[in-house]
Amino acid sequence: MMSTEPEKLRNLIRSIFMTHRDEIGCDTCFDQMDLFAELTMAGKDAASAMPHVYRHLQMCQACREEFEALLSALKSM
Amino acid sequence: MMEERTNEEWIRALGGVPDAEVLAALRETLLRGLRYALKQRYHVTQSDLEDFVQDALVRVLDNLGTFRGESKFITWAQKIAVRVAFSELRRKRWENVSLQDLVPDGTSEDDSSGASPLSWMPSSELTPERQIMQHSLAALLENLIQEELTDLQRRAMTAITLKGMPVEEVARRMGTNRNALYKLLHDARRRLKQRLEAQGVTVDDVMAAFSPEP
Repeated sequence: MMSTEPEKLRNLIRSIFMTHRDEIGCDTCFDQMDLFAELTMAGKDAASAMPHVYRHLQMCQACREEFEALLSALKSM
Repeated sequence: MMEERTNEEWIRALGGVPDAEVLAALRETLLRGLRYALKQRYHVTQSDLEDFVQDALVRVLDNLGTFRGESKFITWAQKIAVRVAFSELRRKRWENVSLQDLVPDGTSEDDSSGASPLSWMPSSELTPERQIMQHSLAALLENLIQEELTDLQRRAMTAITLKGMPVEEVARRMGTNRNALYKLLHDARRRLKQRLEAQGVTVDDVMAAFSPEP
């Protein structure tokens, strides 16, 4: 069978240790992502201002991809 | 540089029967944003981009009433366009992959169904001590995943974290949604964290075992 690379295993274990009791879901993250992106674009400390969104983006690859794409899109304006 | 409009001006122009000129300006802005955002990530055609933006415009107009004005309207609309584009790109990318092929559910007759998703051979280039540490951690985690998680949690975690399938694609195949599946994974991670800590494993142990060799 296909083996798991050490990198993936390390990321899995790291994500387990980074788990918080309270994490928002993808829906709440999406609701707040536009504001989080604007704070980031303005050079503000978005992670401190909206820690729940920041943590979700660290844990959820799908939301992180969309956030990074949103930042790129905003830079085109 | 796009013409600056206030949030109120956007909403007023797009509510009811949308102003054609404002709608065209919005379309152009979203198109430029998506083109820029996706140019280095995916092979998307101009036709794909136009389809994404068309779908996004429908979503934006349908959801105007939910815009709370916490950000600029155009940021909010671009967020929707990004979501539409990524959902479609992920759907296409994974459309021929079944969850059963990726992560057998354990009831399959297939010989590989009972095999562990975590089994692998540590690189022989590692020192013997690190090989043992990696092997031990993998074995411990594998045991916890088998013993502590539900079948659904185990399959979702394997598909997303180890096989790279996007959460919404796994959710679709499991008959649930992205938000619910994230919460299911969160419960699974919390459970595993408690059990790893109870076993005395620390994040430093993991980093020591798996960080690149100096």
